Amino acid sequence: MTTRRSFSETMIHVFGGLITAAMAGLSGVYLMVPARKRKGAGWVEAADASKLKTGAAEEVVFERTRIDGWRITKEKTSAWIVKKSEQEVIAFSSACTHLGCAYRYDAAAKNFVCPCHISQFSMEGQVLSGPAPRALDRYDVKLDKGRVLLGEIRQA
Amino acid sequence: MNAILNWIEERTGIGSLVQHFLNEDIPASSGWKHVLGSVALFAFLIQATTGVLLALNYAPTVGEAYASIKYILTELTGGSIIRSVHHWGASMMIIVVVLHMAQVFIWGAYKKPREVTWMVGVLLLLLTLAYGLTGYLLPWDNRAYWGTVVTVQIAGLAPVAGEYIQRLLGSDGGPIGAVTFSRFYAAHVLILPPITALMIVFHLYLVRRHGVAPKPHETATKKFYPSQVYKDTVAIFIAFSILLALAIIARVPLGRMADPTDTTYTPRPEWYFLFLFQLLKLFEGPLELLGTLVLPNLAIVALFAVPFIDRSKVVAVGKRGMAMAVLAMAGLVWGSLTFFAVKSTPIDNEFAKALDAPTESWQLLPADELAAIGYFQAAKCGTCHDPKKTLKDDEWLMDHFKTNSGGLSLKDGQWKVLGKLHSGSRLSDVHKDVLTGSTPAHAFAGAAVYQVNQCSACHQLKGIGNKIGPVIDGLAFRRDKPWVLEHFNNPQKLSPGTTMPPYKLKPEDLENLTHYIMMVPR
Repeated sequence: MTTRRSFSETMIHVFGGLITAAMAGLSGVYLMVPARKRKGAGWVEAADASKLKTGAAEEVVFERTRIDGWRITKEKTSAWIVKKSEQEVIAFSSACTHLGCAYRYDAAAKNFVCPCHISQFSMEGQVLSGPAPRALDRYDVKLDKGRVLLGEIRQA
Repeated sequence: MNAILNWIEERTGIGSLVQHFLNEDIPASSGWKHVLGSVALFAFLIQATTGVLLALNYAPTVGEAYASIKYILTELTGGSIIRSVHHWGASMMIIVVVLHMAQVFIWGAYKKPREVTWMVGVLLLLLTLAYGLTGYLLPWDNRAYWGTVVTVQIAGLAPVAGEYIQRLLGSDGGPIGAVTFSRFYAAHVLILPPITALMIVFHLYLVRRHGVAPKPHETATKKFYPSQVYKDTVAIFIAFSILLALAIIARVPLGRMADPTDTTYTPRPEWYFLFLFQLLKLFEGPLELLGTLVLPNLAIVALFAVPFIDRSKVVAVGKRGMAMAVLAMAGLVWGSLTFFAVKSTPIDNEFAKALDAPTESWQLLPADELAAIGYFQAAKCGTCHDPKKTLKDDEWLMDHFKTNSGGLSLKDGQWKVLGKLHSGSRLSDVHKDVLTGSTPAHAFAGAAVYQVNQCSACHQLKGIGNKIGPVIDGLAFRRDKPWVLEHFNNPQKLSPGTTMPPYKLKPEDLENLTHYIMMVPR
């Protein structure tokens, strides 16, 4: 039997719960759904393909537009570029996929080594050893009349 | 579960504290008419919650505030709703607080021993208004900037103290800037909230100490929980639903970014300050001080003094004719001042309102160029041609268009503007944005009518055309749509002596043209 008292108590919880749920849901999506992507920064020229050695890796430093929340800034960033042939160039983000350290190129061994926890990556970016959880992240690459253009970074 | 609750109760006593709070004795006559205080408290909590949420994505500096609000509105899921709830919540809080006060006033519930409860209540009203005043600046759009310029100037009018108050507000008497902005922000989020919270606690403590005011000679009581809590919760839920619906239906627009050089902007305060704005107009010259400072401050003093002015015995509501008369007078004065302020608001048609939003690329182009891009799209040239790469000269293009126009038939003059736009020189970013962006069809169509009828022979629009007639830019701020439509039909009637001939356009052409020119910004 529902008494007036238990009806009141139930409704207090129902209405209170609805308001709390609405505010919690709204806060959740507002704080945790990723921001809508603005038009990407586009392609940035990072190197001259004719000056790269085939089969070797080279670090390039270039300036790109960074969309940082409401700010759009220019920042310097770097990439490791590997020229596989005249037609094919790949480029890796310079951060190790383990904990974000900057890794190095070992020209003798022809692989990449991260100094932090000794993760090793092949020239294709594959993990050879160490704690790195996945292959190196790659830039989208476009070759335009000998210029190497870099786009977004993607997980391999 | 019970074991955990018992453990917490034993260590903290929170459970019995809540019980104690809920088991308060209230007059047996309490009911739906007593919900307003709880709703006001709820409104404050909503403002605090949405305020914190906004602050998590807000950059409180002059340089970035506007960009971060725009980011909240356009790029974050739910951001626009949260900002709208905060905006409308401010209005709701003021309405509820004032209704709460009016009710206490009519009942005479401020009488001994509840004088201090009333005075703390007045302080809470002033704090609520202070939130409105300081928060108004934070979006850093034109409305915010110019509204605050006026506020700071008024503060400067105070004899002797004016200069010091202005310095306190971060202004040296000139234009406002970074310092005023930071002070308003700090006041809004750091100074006002703890004071408000303390005052609310004090207010509630006093309500508990003296009890809810009973009817005269009423002695019967009942418990606060659950019947009154239920009624409060229902009222709160209704208030919340209204707020959320309002936030979803009436999103709050963001104006153009604050521009100290925009001399055409007419500042208006928020609706709850409009009566003060109008009061100012009634007192000019040496009497100005009366309207800006003396009367408003007297009103505040009078509010605080209410319990001391009216020291009569508590009587039934029906016998408080004097109180009702005073309240009705106050309401009438406030209402008429607000009414006349609204009535005197300069032309504020839908177009002028729309123009206060950030400008779209198509609104920046002269009509010829906008029309040309419209032709380019209408003929679907873009399916084969990259508009950014044409390198031929005008005549070649003209000839080419006529033979390969995809069925689109245009007059020579129309082809010519298309050719001009796409020959030789590279398109600007604005052009590219219009080409790829979402320009409304009526804008292209309207620009085409404008171009075909050679309006630019007499009128200037975005720097192109002669100035024989009035410049089109910002038309919406000077005329409304019915006027413009009638003017095309019969210019002599509305502008006697004008050289403009009547234009008998097809209805849809007239509509598109009018819509288009009304949306050309200043």
